[in-house]
Amino acid sequence: MRTALFAGRRPVLAAALAGILLLATGCGSGSEPAGSTGTSTDTAVSSSAAGSGSSGTPGTEVATGEVVLITHDSFNVDEQVLADFEKSSGLTVTLLAQGDAGAVTNKLVLTKDNPLGDAVFGIDNTFASRALEAGVLDPYTSPEAGNGSDEHGLGAGDPDHRLTAVDYGDVCVNVDHTWFTDKGLAEPTTYEQLADPAYKDLLVVESPATSSPGLAFLLGTVAHFGADGWQDYWTSLKANGVKVTSGWEDAYGVDFSGSSGKGARPLVVSYASSPPYEVPADAAAGTPAPTGALLDTCFRQVEYAGVLTGAKNPAGARKVIDFLLSQEFQTSLPEQMYVYPVDTAVDLPASWTEYAPPATDPATVDPAEIATNREDWVQTWSDLVEG
Amino acid sequence: MTDLRERAGTDRAAAARSGATPGPNPEPLALGRLRTAGLLALAAVPVLVLLVLFFYPVAVIVGQGFAGPDGVGALGDVLARSRIRRIVLFTVWQAAASAGLCLLLGLPLAHLLYRRRFRGRAVARAVITVPFVLPTVVVGLAFRTLLAENGPLGSWGLDGSVWAVLAAHVCLNVAVVVRTVGLAWAGIDDRTADAARSLGAGPLRVLRTVTLPALGPAIAAAAVMVFLFCATSFGIMQVLGGGRYSTIETEIWRQTEEMLDLPTASVLSVLQLVLVCAVLVVAARLRRRTERTLRRRSVRTPQVGRRDLPAVIVGVLVGLVVLGPVVVMMLRSLRTPGGGWGLQNYRALAGVGEDNVLLVPVTDALVNSLQSAAVAAAVAIALGAMLAVVLGRRPRSRAGRRATGLLDAVVMLPLGVSAVTVGFGFLVALDAPPLDLRSSWLLVPLAQALVVTPLVVRMLVPLVRSTDDRLRQAAGVLGAPPLTVWRTVDLPLAARGAAGAAAFAFAVALGEFGATSFLARPRTPTLPVVIGRLISRPGEVNAGMALAAATVLALLCVLVVAAIDLLGDTRRAGGIGGF
Repeated sequence: MRTALFAGRRPVLAAALAGILLLATGCGSGSEPAGSTGTSTDTAVSSSAAGSGSSGTPGTEVATGEVVLITHDSFNVDEQVLADFEKSSGLTVTLLAQGDAGAVTNKLVLTKDNPLGDAVFGIDNTFASRALEAGVLDPYTSPEAGNGSDEHGLGAGDPDHRLTAVDYGDVCVNVDHTWFTDKGLAEPTTYEQLADPAYKDLLVVESPATSSPGLAFLLGTVAHFGADGWQDYWTSLKANGVKVTSGWEDAYGVDFSGSSGKGARPLVVSYASSPPYEVPADAAAGTPAPTGALLDTCFRQVEYAGVLTGAKNPAGARKVIDFLLSQEFQTSLPEQMYVYPVDTAVDLPASWTEYAPPATDPATVDPAEIATNREDWVQTWSDLVEG
Repeated sequence: MTDLRERAGTDRAAAARSGATPGPNPEPLALGRLRTAGLLALAAVPVLVLLVLFFYPVAVIVGQGFAGPDGVGALGDVLARSRIRRIVLFTVWQAAASAGLCLLLGLPLAHLLYRRRFRGRAVARAVITVPFVLPTVVVGLAFRTLLAENGPLGSWGLDGSVWAVLAAHVCLNVAVVVRTVGLAWAGIDDRTADAARSLGAGPLRVLRTVTLPALGPAIAAAAVMVFLFCATSFGIMQVLGGGRYSTIETEIWRQTEEMLDLPTASVLSVLQLVLVCAVLVVAARLRRRTERTLRRRSVRTPQVGRRDLPAVIVGVLVGLVVLGPVVVMMLRSLRTPGGGWGLQNYRALAGVGEDNVLLVPVTDALVNSLQSAAVAAAVAIALGAMLAVVLGRRPRSRAGRRATGLLDAVVMLPLGVSAVTVGFGFLVALDAPPLDLRSSWLLVPLAQALVVTPLVVRMLVPLVRSTDDRLRQAAGVLGAPPLTVWRTVDLPLAARGAAGAAAFAFAVALGEFGATSFLARPRTPTLPVVIGRLISRPGEVNAGMALAAATVLALLCVLVVAAIDLLGDTRRAGGIGGF
C-alpha cells in the first residue's frame, strides 16, 4: 500500500534478480537461509484444470505441502499467527514479496503461463481490473467471506468472485493539530479549503506517477470534483503552493511538521491510520493526538487476495485465503500493516478506536474506470502540476 | 630548456613502449596454446554466469516487447516522441555531469588517501565509502532533510532541483573514483615525476604530463562506472527530483511496473543498451590511448605536508558533502522521543519495532545481511579475479585484442541496464528446469555478486595491466610454467588491490538494496530491507529505529572496509620493483 522507493542506483542484476521468485521448496522459517531442495518442484505439475473454478468443499479438502503466497513488499504478519496456521493446516507457507501492488499485478500477468506461486495477496482496487481481465485468478469463495469481506468486494465487477477483499485503508490528508493551535489558525476540513489562500504553502502531496497514496489522493479528487472538474481544482492547488514529493516516505518523514522529521508543512497526504503512531508512547489515555486525519478528504483503498490460475497447490492456496480472512489474522492486521480488517467482528486496537477511525463516507472510483483512465489522468496531472 | 624537458617526456614514452613491446616469443608454441586455452577456460565461467543471469533474460523480455502487433515498428513510434528524446538527453547530461564532478573532486582525495600518510588514513578511506553502501532511500532522505524548506540548508532553495540530484550522485559515487584511482596511484613509480621535476617542470606540469597520463586507465574506468551508476540511478532521481525528472531508467520502471507497456519499455531498454555500449566503446578508446606499463614498486608515501594544502582543502570540502547527510542521519538516530539524547533507538533494534512491525528483530536481519554479503563478496572476487587475469593480458594478435575488448564490454554491460528489465526478464525466461534459478536462496548473494563483479574487475585490471611484463618473461625464461608465473608474479602484485577490492565488494553487497528488496523473503530480510520497511511507517519509534539501523549499517561498513584495507596493507608485496 505504500510506495516503493526501492531500486538502487546500483542497477541491474541486483534488482534484476529482483523480479525473481524463489519457488523455494522446503523454505525454512526463521533466519537461516532456507536450503532449498533444488528445482524438483516442477516435476509432476498437477495443476487443477485452469479455470475449473472448483471451489472445493472447504473444510473437507485436505491441503498439504508447500504453498507459495505472493505478496506486495509491505506485507507483514505476526510470526506466531503464521506458525499457528502452519501447524493447524499442515501447510508450509513461503512468502515472496514482489514490489508494490502494481508490480505484483504486472508480474502475475507476465507469468500467467507459469505462475509465480499459488496465491496472491496485495492486488488493490486500482489494479484489480487488470488482474481480472488478464485471467490470472481462479474463482474462489471462502466460507469466511461473509464476515464483512464481501461488503468490500467488487460485486458485479467480479461476478465469479475471483478476488477476495482482505483489508482496506483510507488515504486522507493528515493535519498537524499542534501547528494550527500554535498559529491560532482554524484547520481546513474539506478538499475546497485546501485551495484556500489562507492555507497557502501548507500542503505536501505525493506524485500519483510514483506513489500509491499519491494516486489515491488524485482519485479522491476525481471522485469529488468529477471527471471534468478535478483539473481546475489541481490548478488552484498549484496556485496555492502545493508541494509534490515522489513518495510517502519523504512527504511524511521530511516535509510534514507533525512527524519526527519536523518539516515545514502541517498538511500531508497520508493514511487515516497514521495519527495513533504520533501519540507519545507514555501519553495517558484520552490525551488529544498531535495529528489527525481529515475524514472528508479520504479515498478508500481495498486490498484483495486470490487463488492463482495454474497454481501447483490450489487446495493450499484456498486454505491461505481462508487464513487471510480468519479472525486471528484479521485481528493482527492493523498493527502489522496499518490497515483496517474487513471482518466486522474484529475489534480495532484501543489507540485506533480513539485516534484512527476509518472514514464514514470515503471517495471511491469504479475499478474498471480507474483501469481505463489511470494513464490519462496521471499524465494530465503531470502536465497541470509539474509542467 | 623546453626541448630538454620535451625530450625527457618522449624518452620516457619510448621506454614505456619498449617495456610493453615484447621481444621474440620465448616460449614453445605448445605452451602458448596451453596459455590461450587456460585463459579461455578462465573467461568461460564468468561469461556463462552472465549469459544465464543477464543476457538471456534481457533478450527474452525485450523480444516479448517487440513481438507485439507493432513489432519493430514500435521503435520508430517511440523514438518519434519528443518526450522520449528529452528523457534520453537528460539521462546523458546528468550522468556526464555527475561523472565529471566526481572526477574533479575525487582525484585530490585519491591523492591524499593513497599517496600521503596521516593518522586515521585507514578510517578516512573507509568512511568515504559509507554513502555508496547505504540504501539510496536513506541517503536521499538525509539529503532532503538538509535541503527541505526548514532544513539547515533550506535557504539555498535547492530542494527538488537537479543540483540536489547531482550533489547526491557525487556524494554516493566519489568513493568509486577515490578507490579505483587511488589503488592505481598507490603503485606508480615516482621516479619519472622526480625526473620531470628535476628538469624544471612545475607541479601542474608534472601532473599534466606525467601523473594524469599514467593514471589514464584508472580514471577512464572510474568515470565509466560513475557514468553508468548515475545513468541508471533510480532512488536518488525519484527522492531528490520529487518525481519530476525522468531518466531512461525511471521511465522503464514506469512503463513496466505501472503501465505494463512492454513495447515502449523494450524500446527504452534497447536505447539504454545502445547508450551503454557507446559509453563503453569511448572508454575503451580512452584506455587504449593511455595504457602503458607502469613499473609498480613500493613507493614513498610521505606525511601530509604544506604543499598538499590545496588537496587537503578540496578533501575536506568533499568530505563535508559526503558526510553531511550521514552525520545528519547519525545525529537524528540519537534523538529520543522526549527531545533529549540517548541510545533508545539502538536498544529498540533488538526488538521488532513499534507494535512489532517487523517479522524478525533487526539483529537477525543484520546476521542475514552479513551472511549474504560474505557469499556475494567471495563470488564477486572469484569471478572478478578470473576476469581480471584474462582482461589484464595484452594479446599480441588483433583478434586477441578484439576478443579481450568484447569481453570487457560484456562484463560492464550489466551495470548500465535497467534493473526492471532484467528482473522482469528473469520472471519470464528462467522459469523452467534446468534453469529454474528461482528456487535457490543463493539468488540474493548471486544478484549482489553480479552487481559487484564489474566494480572488482575495474579495480583489478589496472593493477594486472601495470605489472611489468618483463617480470613474467623473466620467470618464464627461468622455466616457470604459466600458473607459477601467475602465482609468483601477478598474485603478490595484485594482492593489495584485491584486498581493497574485496573490502569494497563486501561493503557494497552489504548495502545492496535493489535486488534484495525484491528478492528478500519477508522471513529472512537483510538490513537494508528492514530499513526500507521502517522508513515506510509512521511514528517516531519506527523513524528512530530506521535511522539507528542505517547508522549500524554505516559503522559496520567502515569497520569492514578499514579492517580489510589494513590487512591488505600488511600483506604488502614488499619491494617488488621494476628492473
